Amino acid sequence: MDNQGDLWEVFIQPKPGRPFKHAGSLHAYDKSMAMEAARDLYTRRGEGTGLWLVKAEDIVASQPEDAESFFDPADDKVYRHPTFYKMPEGAKHI
Amino acid sequence: MNQELYQYTLRLADTALILSHRLCEYTSCGPFLEEDLASMNTGLDLIGQAEAFLKYAAEMSGNTNEDKLAFQRNEEDYKNFHIVEYPNTDFGYLVTRQFYMDVFNYFNYSQLVNSKDVTIAAIAGKAIKEVTYHLKRSSEWIVRLGDGTAESKERIQACLNDLWMYVDEFFETDEIHENLQRQGIAADLDVIRKQWHQKVEEVLQEATLTKPEGAKYSLVYGKDGGHTEYMGFILCEMQYLNNRYPEAIW
Amino acid sequence: MAYDLSQEDPTKLAEFQAKIDAEIKIEPKDWMPEGYRQNLIRQISQHAHSEVIGMQPEGNWVSRAPSLRSKKILMAKIQDEGGHGLYLYCAAETLGVTREQYLKWLHEGKAKYASVFNYPSPTWADMGAIGWLVDGAAIVNQVSLQRTSYGPYSRAMVRICMEESFHQRQGYEIMHRMMQGNEAQRKMAQDSLDRWWWPSLMMFGPHDGESAHTSQSMQWKIKRESNDDLRQQFIDKTIPQAELIGLKIPDPNYKFNDITGHYETSDIDWDEFWNVIKGNGPCNKKRLDHHIKAHTDGAWVREAAAAYGVKQKNKLQTA
Repeated sequence: MDNQGDLWEVFIQPKPGRPFKHAGSLHAYDKSMAMEAARDLYTRRGEGTGLWLVKAEDIVASQPEDAESFFDPADDKVYRHPTFYKMPEGAKHI
Repeated sequence: MNQELYQYTLRLADTALILSHRLCEYTSCGPFLEEDLASMNTGLDLIGQAEAFLKYAAEMSGNTNEDKLAFQRNEEDYKNFHIVEYPNTDFGYLVTRQFYMDVFNYFNYSQLVNSKDVTIAAIAGKAIKEVTYHLKRSSEWIVRLGDGTAESKERIQACLNDLWMYVDEFFETDEIHENLQRQGIAADLDVIRKQWHQKVEEVLQEATLTKPEGAKYSLVYGKDGGHTEYMGFILCEMQYLNNRYPEAIW
Repeated sequence: MAYDLSQEDPTKLAEFQAKIDAEIKIEPKDWMPEGYRQNLIRQISQHAHSEVIGMQPEGNWVSRAPSLRSKKILMAKIQDEGGHGLYLYCAAETLGVTREQYLKWLHEGKAKYASVFNYPSPTWADMGAIGWLVDGAAIVNQVSLQRTSYGPYSRAMVRICMEESFHQRQGYEIMHRMMQGNEAQRKMAQDSLDRWWWPSLMMFGPHDGESAHTSQSMQWKIKRESNDDLRQQFIDKTIPQAELIGLKIPDPNYKFNDITGHYETSDIDWDEFWNVIKGNGPCNKKRLDHHIKAHTDGAWVREAAAAYGVKQKNKLQTA
């Protein structure tokens, strides 16, 4: 039976200080190979200065059917946003 | 023109050029897609190195350019190591050829970054980063294949043995090299020889493989314009358009 | 492959269509009708195979490229094609089918790839024509597909379009240089256009009325524009490019229609189109055999890498 290796997810940090962002996936058989394949496939045009590799099977993902109970309850908590608050006219640096 | 420096530059250039050619040929032949694309990256690094050295050689020579040097010389005027002419054959040969070459390149460029010749030092400064990565990759493949399956172990051991005959050439000095070494331009090949054998031993040990036994082979080395039988075919392909349409610009 | 939509839960189906209509992307774990999934499996894998098989006609010239510059460019371009195949295989895998299975279907002849790659590349000018015309046609299609409704496919397309932008330019540059060159080069360039013009128009597929998948694909926004519309876009931008550098379009009937603002061309030779799709093109067998050979030759390497990977994992666990 053919074995094309494990599926890995690639995250790139575009430059120091920036968050790592999902760029795509690849196949590899071990950690070093995954890292090098990511370097050779996803940073050929100077896309980044940092890489994270995660085996796809190790990712815990939320389920679409949970979306309502997970994410909708945040919708009415507007007091978590600074624009909810009324500041007196002329108040500065706040 | 400094004839010795010119010759030395061509040696560096041509080894990179012909190896890059072999990697070009491997396009779409890799064992899986990711690896196919990765070895093309190595090929592209090597074309870049060849181009930089050929440009320098062309400047020294005056009445030529890097493309004419790459595509229009006679076979005996190419000065590359024999090993880079060895055909791709299979992935094991590709990896072994690359590994032997990468170990040499790594230690050679490590010295050349301090070359008294500023152009060579600058090219080496860029190349050492590339070659460090090449060596990491090829060493890891030697270990994977050595410590993989019984079949892969047997196959990669055969590749190591078969290509061993081309290794001595790396360290063979001559008058040109000695003169340039005295001037602080070329690398000390005795130092590289020791480093090379040590590194190869290390990797082969991790790979549970056996270091081949040395023998002295009768070869006319590349630095003297000697080549394997493969070289003529390489040049037929590489020079095809230049030979067929010598005046054309592409 | 018509899937019976009446088998699907009508409420879910309506919700699904509403999402599509609202331009909300579908993600792998979301509910989707089986027909949608199958349609994507077919289209994305066909697209992936095309990129990978497409490495071959260009690979044919990489060892004979006439200058260091052209060799570097060609190699980088072929590498991009392979990379795009890889992005697409990964997007296709999110549909629950493995890479192993996709390759198996390709090797068994059950999966298709773009028929245009079944034409040979006998001259260097073909490196120009493939970049300019074949990549040019592909990019028209791919720009449109950036808005496809399936998230992973759309994301792969965005990345691909970003990277592809130089491909067409390098092809056109080769053609331009050759047209400025000597008589032999100009002849070679024209001959190459003559051979690639029709196959590149065929790349957009059959007329809208005869395309088996078009209407459902459009409703689900897998495809965003029809075959004929995309083909027309390509024709309209390519003919002036050919004329600019002195190449003749190999179609005695082509003319610009002042009223519609579009070029009109002769109809495609559809017998030829279907014949090549059926497997009777000049290189169908060669392309597939090459892929199978590389795959078979590499089996021992993949087995070794897998065995080594398992050993490493076990070492970590016992350490």
